[in-house]
Amino acid sequence: MVREEKMTHREDARARHEDAAHRARAHHEQTRHEDAQAHHHHTHAPASRHAHGHHLLQVEDLTVAFRMYDADEPYLTARQREARPIERLSISVHAGEIVAVVGASGSGKSLLADAVMGLFEPNATVMGRIWFDGEPMDAAALARVRGRGIALVPQSVASLDPLMKVGAFVRGAACGCGRARREDAARRTRRQRELFARYGLAPEVEDLYPHELSGGMARRVLLCCALMDAPRVIVADEPTPGLDLELAVRAMDDFRAFADAGGGVMLITHDIELALRVADRVAVFRDGTVVEETAVTNFAAPELLEHPFSRALWHALPEHGFAAGAGAGSAYASAGAPSRGGEAL
Amino acid sequence: MAKYILHNALRFLLLMVAVSVVVFTLVSLSPVDPVQANVGQAALLSMSPEKRAQLDAYWGVGTPLPERYLSWASALVQGDMGTSLRYNAPVAQVIAARAANSLALMAIAWVASGVIGFLLGVLAGVRRGSLVDKLVKSYCFVLAASPTFWIGLLFLMVFAVGLGWFPLGFSVPVGKAAADVTLLDALHHIALPAITLSVVGVANVALHTREKTIDVMESDYVRFARARGMTAWQVARRHGLRNLVLPAITLQFAQISEIFGGSVLVEQVFSYPGLGQAAVTAGLGGDVALLAGIALVSAALVFGGNLAANVLYGVVDPRMRRRGGAR
Repeated sequence: MVREEKMTHREDARARHEDAAHRARAHHEQTRHEDAQAHHHHTHAPASRHAHGHHLLQVEDLTVAFRMYDADEPYLTARQREARPIERLSISVHAGEIVAVVGASGSGKSLLADAVMGLFEPNATVMGRIWFDGEPMDAAALARVRGRGIALVPQSVASLDPLMKVGAFVRGAACGCGRARREDAARRTRRQRELFARYGLAPEVEDLYPHELSGGMARRVLLCCALMDAPRVIVADEPTPGLDLELAVRAMDDFRAFADAGGGVMLITHDIELALRVADRVAVFRDGTVVEETAVTNFAAPELLEHPFSRALWHALPEHGFAAGAGAGSAYASAGAPSRGGEAL
Repeated sequence: MAKYILHNALRFLLLMVAVSVVVFTLVSLSPVDPVQANVGQAALLSMSPEKRAQLDAYWGVGTPLPERYLSWASALVQGDMGTSLRYNAPVAQVIAARAANSLALMAIAWVASGVIGFLLGVLAGVRRGSLVDKLVKSYCFVLAASPTFWIGLLFLMVFAVGLGWFPLGFSVPVGKAAADVTLLDALHHIALPAITLSVVGVANVALHTREKTIDVMESDYVRFARARGMTAWQVARRHGLRNLVLPAITLQFAQISEIFGGSVLVEQVFSYPGLGQAAVTAGLGGDVALLAGIALVSAALVFGGNLAANVLYGVVDPRMRRRGGAR
């Protein structure tokens, strides 16, 4: 069992947490969420909407800390120290938009996905505030909406059980017992077939095993898993590994359709070009935090960007000649310096 | 399919040849003088030279190794496993008489250690770091580090001598006519050796299963299943067990050789008349035909176990069953 209680693991921390949550919520409710207005340190894109007057998903001051032994010290005398791969990170997802979180590989972006899903490592301490659809969430609430309100689209076919037919995997576990369970199982089968039909997967695919899927089929199967329980927000963690840009952009059409239907997508990627092509807004991730959260249109010119690192990223783009202005390329690479090896790429 | 069978038959044949050559070589290198071992030091000294030469010929002393091996092997090919000089009976008959005892003992220990070890391993792996995990781990480390014969002696002292719950040894009550021995008697006598063998076997199976369970519970697909809102136990039931079946099969059949090795020691400690005890007697008495016979039977058993594991793998794992299938 993952230690979900870690989120509020100290009593005084919990008191402070709730107090801060109340104040922040009151403050948040008073904010007028008019579209295209700068607030919460971010700017909006045309697609961004505040359904019911709040963000679909909002993360404020998220910190993920690990207690670990210092690797630089001798084995027996090493002291524990605290590593904070994510520190005071804030990001929002609106209805109708794709927000890309862009950062170097191995910089801890996947931990953001885990934290939003309420999946924590046993030795992790998670602090901060998360709202989902206007409701403040604690670890138990995040566990309740896991898969149902907020769904994860993982990176690769390794996330499918190698010994289970993909149809059964997509359907997932039926709830209830006796007759209710059979009815739920039948409902899930109908839903799975409907999703397979919608995403162009032949009916025979449900009888295949993961190793028999092509890359494109596997991606669509993973998306069907996420959509099974009709979520409002999709967190996609590097969903297009190894695809060239054109194919990756096309693979993102399904996410676009989901956003257009009123959902919100948090696309976590190391690929800035992909982010600029498909996202409505871009959150630039560096050293465990989001240094700038801005509409993708602001990447048209460096003057529109606020943070020096965002500008360095702009200069490092191929169409701007990889200009190493202010050592942009190395700056991007160095974002991965406090790497925790959390990612495959 | 025919190729697979032929391939395995050839491997089995090579294994048998290798095992028997090793047995014969080891016996010929052994310092044990079979005549002295079987008639005793005192009798040997007071023996006339003619008698001595006769016995040497009977036990094959002085016959070159290749010659002995070839005559034994040619007889074996015709279905004759030779004669046990120590028991003064055909080897096949000696083995058959004792195999029932040994196989019952090993089967109980094999099933018990497999089932209990698997359950404890899964429990510890799913609840990693918890009190249950620590208890299971401590048990396994202590048991895995203790010699089997020592555990046997300990159990004998506590449960047979101290508490008097179980008999001190043998497979049937001493002094009872063979016709009067009931099944209950037999079970009463097999219990303590079987428990000893199981208790030791559990440690090995549980530790391996625990590692595999942790691997599975940390895999991407379990993580994803959790991210879809399943509880830990739902995930363990739906994905955990399914993926633990393969390593469990491998482990369970690899365990056959462990159990066999353990049974030699346990039978010795409990004076339990099985194959293990016969092997020890044959080894110490220079009874090469019986030793080779037992070695062949046990090697065949282990080979059969591994072959069964391979075949079951193909049945259970779709990646092997449908290799190169629909794409």
